[in-house]
Amino acid sequence: MIQIRKYLGPLSKNNPVIVQVLGVCSALAVTTQLKSSVVMGISVAVVAAFSNLIISLLRNTIPSRIRIIVQLIIVAALVILVDQFLQAFFYDMSKMLSVFVGLIVTNCIIMGRLEAFALQNKPLPSLLDGLFNGIGYGLVLATVGLFRELLGKGTMWNCQVIPDSFYEMGYLNNVLMTLPPMALILIGVMIWIHRSRNKELIEEE
Amino acid sequence: MEFLGDLFIRSIFVENMIFAYFLGMCSYLAVSKNVNTSLGLGAAVCFVLVITVPINYLINHYLLKPGALAWISPQLSEVNLSFLSLIVFIAVIASIVQLLEMIIERISSQLYNALGIFLPLIAVNCAILGASLFMQERNFSSIGESFTYAAGSGIGWLIAIVAFAAIRERIRYSNIPKPLRGLGISYITTGLMALGFMAFLGM
Repeated sequence: MIQIRKYLGPLSKNNPVIVQVLGVCSALAVTTQLKSSVVMGISVAVVAAFSNLIISLLRNTIPSRIRIIVQLIIVAALVILVDQFLQAFFYDMSKMLSVFVGLIVTNCIIMGRLEAFALQNKPLPSLLDGLFNGIGYGLVLATVGLFRELLGKGTMWNCQVIPDSFYEMGYLNNVLMTLPPMALILIGVMIWIHRSRNKELIEEE
Repeated sequence: MEFLGDLFIRSIFVENMIFAYFLGMCSYLAVSKNVNTSLGLGAAVCFVLVITVPINYLINHYLLKPGALAWISPQLSEVNLSFLSLIVFIAVIASIVQLLEMIIERISSQLYNALGIFLPLIAVNCAILGASLFMQERNFSSIGESFTYAAGSGIGWLIAIVAFAAIRERIRYSNIPKPLRGLGISYITTGLMALGFMAFLGM
């Protein structure tokens, strides 16, 4: 039985987005809603897990000089699978995520985990490592998506949660929340909260 | 011409790669500790964008998009290879970056010293792949258009990273709450800069 605890790091203490600063790039734009953030998180977790697995299986046969190209091609092939799957079964969602599904290819979490973990480890640990890193990433996206949707549109998973009586009393949705800058500021605030609870992560600059 | 100018300005300010789409955030946060290195990285991104986007445009236009193969023979006009675009784009970008690195090393050691270390980083910079994918999604109608778009978004990225590096150099001297230091304040600063850039909306 493998120890699952060892792989839980990415969920908080070693979170790829808010601690290691990996993979912020392609994702913040999809966090205007909870639903699209969750879909994006799942897609990344799937790609990260399986690319880690494949690279780990091939780790002894890939010449190290051309490993980046090999990794890119494997990740790109997996992303195409995810993209085609979304287009086939969740067409609206795939229209909404637009180019950001494709951009999973250049997501640094995936390349980073391949380089740092899958190249040295056995297939099963690599699969778990990829999966949990993807989930850690998905958690951050989902949190940002949750607040942006709740405060920006007053809905959650496309269902209205703020009652009409609030609006009658003069409550207004904060449209600023749906604009790009707030995603960055929210992440900044998340880092702030996270670091004040985990003192050892504080940077001395 | 007016249209191209419009596209150029829009891709620099309104649809800024970093502030509107968060593309290339990783290297933006990692390589912005001082103005000179960020200038080097920004210039390298600009350079690679201007070369790869038009090439990917040609590939997309003549090989990949639905019906693009009609110029070879009419029987092929039904073929749609666009699902391959992602893998082709990333391969083109990776190989061009490699090629550029070798060419620059050969012709100008000065330029190589300035840009060289950043080139490998760029192959996995989302801004580059993002620009190619946006080019495909928005169906640009000519190579001039995709060139203008690439130049505009490259310059936009350059402006963003240089401005951010300059702010970051100053932030070092301010008294920030401890847990917010470093990464946290960088995000919030970027958010505030993005708010500033939003003023260009509707121009």
